[in-house]
Amino acid sequence: MTPLLQVEGLTKHYPSGGSRLFGRASPVRAVDGIGFEVPAGQSLGLVGESGCGKSTTAKIVAGLERPTAGRVVYRGEDVARMGRREFRAIRPEIQMVFQDPYSSLNPRHTVGAIIEGPMEVNGIEPPGGRRARVRELLELVGLGPEHYNRFPHEFSGGQRQRIGIARALVTEPKLIIADEPVSALDVSVQAQVINLLRRLQAELGVSFLFIAHDLAVVRYFCHRVAVMYLGKVVEVADRETLYSAPAHPYTKALLSAAPDPTGTAGRERIRLTGDLPSPADPPSGCRFRTRCWKATERCASEEPVLTGGPHPVACHYPETSAESAADLSAEPV
Amino acid sequence: MNPLLSVRDLRVRFSVDDGTVHAVNGLSFDLETGRTLAIVGESGSGKSVANLAVLGLHDRRRTEVTGSIRFDGTELTGASERELTRVRGDRIAMIFQDPLTALSPYHNVGAQIAESYRRHRGASRRAAAKRAVEALDRVGIPQAAARARSHPHEFSGGMRQRAMIAMALVCEPDLLIADEPTTALDVTVQAQILDLLASIRDEYGTAIILVTHDLGVVAEAAQDILVMYAGRCVENGPVRDVLDEPRHPYTRGLLASTPRLTGDVHAELTAVEGVPPSLLGPPSGCPFEPRCHYTGLVEGDLCRTVLPPLLTEGGRGSACHIPHPRFTTEKDR
Repeated sequence: MTPLLQVEGLTKHYPSGGSRLFGRASPVRAVDGIGFEVPAGQSLGLVGESGCGKSTTAKIVAGLERPTAGRVVYRGEDVARMGRREFRAIRPEIQMVFQDPYSSLNPRHTVGAIIEGPMEVNGIEPPGGRRARVRELLELVGLGPEHYNRFPHEFSGGQRQRIGIARALVTEPKLIIADEPVSALDVSVQAQVINLLRRLQAELGVSFLFIAHDLAVVRYFCHRVAVMYLGKVVEVADRETLYSAPAHPYTKALLSAAPDPTGTAGRERIRLTGDLPSPADPPSGCRFRTRCWKATERCASEEPVLTGGPHPVACHYPETSAESAADLSAEPV
Repeated sequence: MNPLLSVRDLRVRFSVDDGTVHAVNGLSFDLETGRTLAIVGESGSGKSVANLAVLGLHDRRRTEVTGSIRFDGTELTGASERELTRVRGDRIAMIFQDPLTALSPYHNVGAQIAESYRRHRGASRRAAAKRAVEALDRVGIPQAAARARSHPHEFSGGMRQRAMIAMALVCEPDLLIADEPTTALDVTVQAQILDLLASIRDEYGTAIILVTHDLGVVAEAAQDILVMYAGRCVENGPVRDVLDEPRHPYTRGLLASTPRLTGDVHAELTAVEGVPPSLLGPPSGCPFEPRCHYTGLVEGDLCRTVLPPLLTEGGRGSACHIPHPRFTTEKDR
């Protein structure tokens, strides 16, 4: 079965300043040749730390940015090469939910106008009228029809995020790109929104490209997870596999560093040293090698390729599942 | 032994356009040398306001602070600005969430760290500069002498947070207040900063107040926990005891709504429904009552009408009308 969305060799380089006199500065390689798939009705999590390129990827898939190279194939057609008119035809099918519920809603518009907006832009006339459709959506996301004439400032962060979700749903999208949709919310409210998204996915069968830095949040929402580091995808696996048997050292380190209220007893502690290198000047070979405890000369000279069946990993020395299992039971360092 | 910091019945109110915000409503706690106390709560719980009041950093024209804040035998509430200036930065230091706004962009990092040492210790320019380099070295900044001449914008997020910690440490304070020190950082860097704070506490015997919303961070970094809701302490005690067997329904709710890296992902997260109460006119009863699942266990309308006091027993406190042994059985059923 062909996936709903298939991304191949996606690359985005941003020119960085630098004067002509002294030559051009090297471009920032925000995304550097990545690929992944989102099957219909499923969620793919795109995980990584700041600067890994996950938000740039989201913007390209949503059609807000043009890639430098690569293909974004949505239902068999390359979105990145589409003309404006062609793109407008599929526009309603791909919607976005943003991170900040404060800046992503127009403060001068009522909730009703905000949610109606996409119907107006796309010329959608629902059978019972736009107003009725908005009311229906408000209820679907756990708000009430009485909220129709209110303004965004009258709502809490969690409620605003529900408004943003209702706006994304109004065009009956097949794919929703959610860029850190819960990271600005308090924990108790975050859980409400995660549950809502899960329910919506189950009921409506929408596919999600879910961008987040929080591995625990992704675990509750995504069927499959791709881990990014400095513009590259380093590992892709099903949820069950990724969290129990991570193969890339970076994934392992991320999982180890994520704080958990259960405490650290029994968990292996991996502490990465140093910071993320600059994406304008990434390390040669494997980009993670400067922070990796397994790195050898081979890692500096030869870039590992993302390969390997249902659980691809880009590493010369991936963790084997036996190693991972042994590590998990090992005494904490 | 007298605790280093003893806060009793702290109340902070400030006037806004719509009325008076009751931000902190009778907060009491003790902190001993060499321990880390985590103050946990969601936005608007009063955790940051309480700590600003300890430092006297509130706006004096609009804010009313009552109660007692005794630091090493000295009363800080009502102390003059002059007295506070002597303590602040020298014996009590603070680090903030966002180092980019807390550091001055115009001065190099070394000079900013040296300034505090010169002011409080009357050191010479040269001695203070040397001291600043030592502090930068202590917090793990490589080539500290060279980096001391850099400006904040030349540092990465993690390095800036280290620089701010160096600034806080330069006078070897007895008390360090860290307000969401790792919230803006990536998880791998967060782990480094939490390790650094723990090593400083163990080396210098610094007492630390760690303000956070993240129960995972609490489990990693603190020994004691104080959970705030609507400006009050609703539960406190040793971290492991409280996180393993929470007594207050709000603490339970927070834990149940936190996504985990292990355990069942198919079950929904148990969200705390509803939103925190407005602090403009706090309700007469338990502030958590409108969101509480357990009010049915209490006779009559006690929860709605009577504010439950914080009852302490064996080092643990909980402010709930439900006596805890019965509470525990109810949960296990």
